[in-house]
Amino acid sequence: MNIVVLIKQVPDTWSARTLADSDHTLDRASADVVLDEINERAVEEALKIKEADGGEVTVVTMGPQRAADAVRKALSMGADKAVHLSDEGLHGSCAVQTAKALATVIGTLGDVDLIIAGNEATDGTVGAIAAMVADVLGLPDLTHARKVTVEGRTVTVERETDDAITVLRADLPAVISVNEKINEPRYPSFKGIMAAKKKPVATLSLADAGIERIAVGLATATSTVIESTPRPPRLAGQVVTDEGDGAAKLAEYLIGQKLI
Amino acid sequence: MLSEEHAALRATVEEFARKEVAPVIADLYEHDTFPYALVAKMGAMGLFGLPFPEEYGGMGGDYFALCLALEELARVDSSVAITLEDSVSLGAMPIFRYGTGEQKQRWLPELCTGQRLGAFGLTEPGGGSDAGATRTTARCEGDEWVINGSKAFITNSGTDVTSVVTVTAITGVSGGRKEISTIMVPAGHPGFTVSANYSKVGWRCSDTRGLFFDDCRVPLSNLLGERGRGYAQFLAILDEGRIAIAALGVGLAQGCIDECVSYAQQRHAFGHAIGSYQAIQFKIADMETRAHAARLTYYHAAERMLRGEPFKKEAAIAKLVSSNAAMDNARDATQVFGGYGFMNEYPVARFYRDAKVLEIGEGTSEVQRILIARHLGVG
Repeated sequence: MNIVVLIKQVPDTWSARTLADSDHTLDRASADVVLDEINERAVEEALKIKEADGGEVTVVTMGPQRAADAVRKALSMGADKAVHLSDEGLHGSCAVQTAKALATVIGTLGDVDLIIAGNEATDGTVGAIAAMVADVLGLPDLTHARKVTVEGRTVTVERETDDAITVLRADLPAVISVNEKINEPRYPSFKGIMAAKKKPVATLSLADAGIERIAVGLATATSTVIESTPRPPRLAGQVVTDEGDGAAKLAEYLIGQKLI
Repeated sequence: MLSEEHAALRATVEEFARKEVAPVIADLYEHDTFPYALVAKMGAMGLFGLPFPEEYGGMGGDYFALCLALEELARVDSSVAITLEDSVSLGAMPIFRYGTGEQKQRWLPELCTGQRLGAFGLTEPGGGSDAGATRTTARCEGDEWVINGSKAFITNSGTDVTSVVTVTAITGVSGGRKEISTIMVPAGHPGFTVSANYSKVGWRCSDTRGLFFDDCRVPLSNLLGERGRGYAQFLAILDEGRIAIAALGVGLAQGCIDECVSYAQQRHAFGHAIGSYQAIQFKIADMETRAHAARLTYYHAAERMLRGEPFKKEAAIAKLVSSNAAMDNARDATQVFGGYGFMNEYPVARFYRDAKVLEIGEGTSEVQRILIARHLGVG
């Protein structure tokens, strides 16, 4: 079982996150960056499948040089090797360009049985990369999985939405994306950290990957951010005065917020 | 200063402490509850096997890696850190250093996973620093040791997952001097009982008990290392352990800074954030200075130890400086927090309670001073 996990380095949600003034792209330099938590879960799921069925886990990422740290973390958790697409020309790429570039990189990896991604990154929150990659590669697309089962040459997932749990099945190879309920990712052990240093990481430029310069980057992006206004600070909470109907009022509020 | 691997380990444990320990520890502490679930998670990430070779289920790391992990844990909570420190450096390490191949194969793999914990019984009710005053005896009878006596303040000795307690006992007299040896006693062995968990000022989630031996019979093969070498063995183990305790003290000192820096920016008094006042700035600057200096002392002691150079004085200095830093920072941190610093629900209050024992356990501050002075040829 050859598994590819798509990972992304994102600004730590604990730190201040901003967009660059010049082109409204993410200001990656000024933020603490981490491997996106949903990707840790994607890596964990791949490792679980590998531990049960054998095989190899390859992580693929696209991002600046610094993203090598996120790659290292995935390798420390137990992934076997990595491909890092890194090129100045990728700056400002839209989701469509990104998906095509990732698909091209995946295409260089030989026979791949399963591609696992997180359902949505915490920075761009586009949430479409897995579906787009599946489309470009012509593979089945099983997104928002909270449970994944691989049996023989089929994969079954439980997809969770606000309204229902849907069970989906597809033949391999396939693309899946996982949600935050899929598992609890492991912390890398020291043995894993040391082993990661020796694992192969291929760092590819656009030319190495065979991607045309014009196919990616801000200049030819299918969409660009033209304006951004930070969300206003949170307003003071709403006070519910209990006049014997406190519980009902609270429930009403929670329903209004779609929390229950 | 840190290698890439050590830095990555430190970052991993920092993340673990922040995400897994911090959210649950106040409640466990409030109820004196041993952190079984956290210990299991620490085991899963290999922390209990850090300094041991892979052939015994270890991580193939070194003692410095253990120290870094202890610092990051203690930055959030010392009970969790001391549970790790004790099982690794006092429970498993003597077996690794002095055990036979068979003993190592029997005990180390389960200790390295953290699924079982180890403990070391040295201190007795009538003698802590005066380790030579050991009264517990082990007499040789046929193919068994028969152990009688008691021990006090033994960490990890009575958890549900304790596997083995190594104890020091008098095994005879040679040349007019007591012959002290170390003997391994499996948890739950007939004749071996433990007291209820002590009610302690701090480290309230850790397991600390008295041990009682009443004609406790174990096979002669449970002797650890050479007969009569017990005293030298535990002195060596304690030297290393001091570096680990120093790391733990630095973690506590750093935790105080973390809390104060964030509080000084949020809390307002007389119209401004309290961090805008020099009274607070100076305190925090002093705290940072102490933690930084203390960190360098333990880094230095660990470096000497790993290079195979003598490190006894450096370890004593590291422990003394770090426990002072922890005490001073805890006192200052609670002062920065004012009334809230006196409330148990605030981490700085927990740090205050946890700091004191650092001046006592694994060699009191006075013992460290004796060791340092002796090294200089004084006394």
